[in-house]
Amino acid sequence: MAKDGSAVSLDGQGKPMWLVLELTYRCPLKCVWCNNPLDFDQYGKKELSTEEWKRILREGRELGALQLGFSGGEPMLRDDLEELVEEAERLGYYTNLITSGVGLTPERLKALKQAGLKQIQLSLQSANRSLTDELVGARAHDLKIEVARMIKAEGFPMVLNVPVFRQNIDQVDEILALAEDIGVDYLELANIQYYNWALLNRDELLPTREQIERAEAAVIAARQRPGQQMTIYFVIPDYYETRPKACMNGWGTIHLTIAPDGAALPCQEVRVIEGLEFPTVREHSLDWLWNDSPLFKKFRGDEWMKEPCRTCDEKEKDFGGCRCQAFLLTGDATNTDPACAKSPHHHVIEMAVNKAREKHHVPRPLVRRQIGAVTTVFMEHK
Amino acid sequence: MSGDFHFQPEDRPRLDSKYLLRWEKSQDAYVLLYPEGVIKLNATAAEILKRCTGETTAANIAAELKALFVDNADIENSIYKFLEVTHGKGWIRR
Repeated sequence: MAKDGSAVSLDGQGKPMWLVLELTYRCPLKCVWCNNPLDFDQYGKKELSTEEWKRILREGRELGALQLGFSGGEPMLRDDLEELVEEAERLGYYTNLITSGVGLTPERLKALKQAGLKQIQLSLQSANRSLTDELVGARAHDLKIEVARMIKAEGFPMVLNVPVFRQNIDQVDEILALAEDIGVDYLELANIQYYNWALLNRDELLPTREQIERAEAAVIAARQRPGQQMTIYFVIPDYYETRPKACMNGWGTIHLTIAPDGAALPCQEVRVIEGLEFPTVREHSLDWLWNDSPLFKKFRGDEWMKEPCRTCDEKEKDFGGCRCQAFLLTGDATNTDPACAKSPHHHVIEMAVNKAREKHHVPRPLVRRQIGAVTTVFMEHK
Repeated sequence: MSGDFHFQPEDRPRLDSKYLLRWEKSQDAYVLLYPEGVIKLNATAAEILKRCTGETTAANIAAELKALFVDNADIENSIYKFLEVTHGKGWIRR
């Protein structure tokens, strides 16, 4: 998954340098912060075939794509993953696997190495078995640690991605120690972003400012420890910034995501915006989807901007923030991202932040990502 | 990763195994690829990193670059500087 903080020092020159293939939305875990759509179970029958994915790989390279992420859902649930990695390597991509670790057996790991896979990003939620298992809704902790050590033993560069929220943010020291022990190359402590399942559960997941400050201090101390080999990223939630994130480095500039059903998306969450059409690779070439489709043209550049973005001297820096967040929290995707303190809707962010620190907070249960947990039939949709 | 690291002429810098250096036609340039990142290299940077194989000494890299870019007399210093900066970024090892 592409994130804020991704190190891109290339202007894409209009090319989709980052291609993310969401091979499936199926997943054995039930994470309460999952960023897959709420109706993820509607996509199973529409998943692209091996040949269709291969066509996307070829057309993506022709458009200049360089970095390739195999994501999901859980991409290990696709039996053709090794075949797709091999094809991607042949075409010259730098291949990244983004996985929960479930299904990554020693045999498949070896096969992926043989196919040429370059890098694995594994997710972990805590340094503690019962906490991880509770957070993902499955007995996964021990397996994840085992997989992490296996990945290093196989000689892969590895990113350990830890989604951070109120329930695990106080564990940063323990997680740092565990990551060092495993021999992780990059540790990414990324505060989650609030879309889909995470937004449903936001009031319970958003940490307090004090928690974030303590976690950040622990990260800074770890970075300064002599002999520190690990690169440590710490992404704070945009709710606690006064300027929005430069979401996707701008709409339709370098990021191209293909959803399991073949829809070409400027970002993984964009289907939350109502009133847009999402054409797929089944009807169109990738070239047309990227360069000419109304979806990709919709928020490219700054023509669409309203005030305060239009005349803002930082619009080249953050592109007005996230269109999905603007839609979800203000009802209009052309509004300034309310994470920006200049937004007339910034109070909706402040309210969420204040709620996180309420002394007499009445706890509510978390909604797990699973079929039947919610119904989406009454939402005006798709 | 400290700033006061210095390469000696006899050191043999090598690209860290997390990094992949290759020519990219669509960018008309060498690029450095690594987990979640891409860096487009200018000609000098590319010529230096191509030689960071663990077999060539820093002194030889500097000599070869000097021959390649004859109009830049002060290139030797900037090559050592480049090696030190990229070492700090984790691109190369000693």
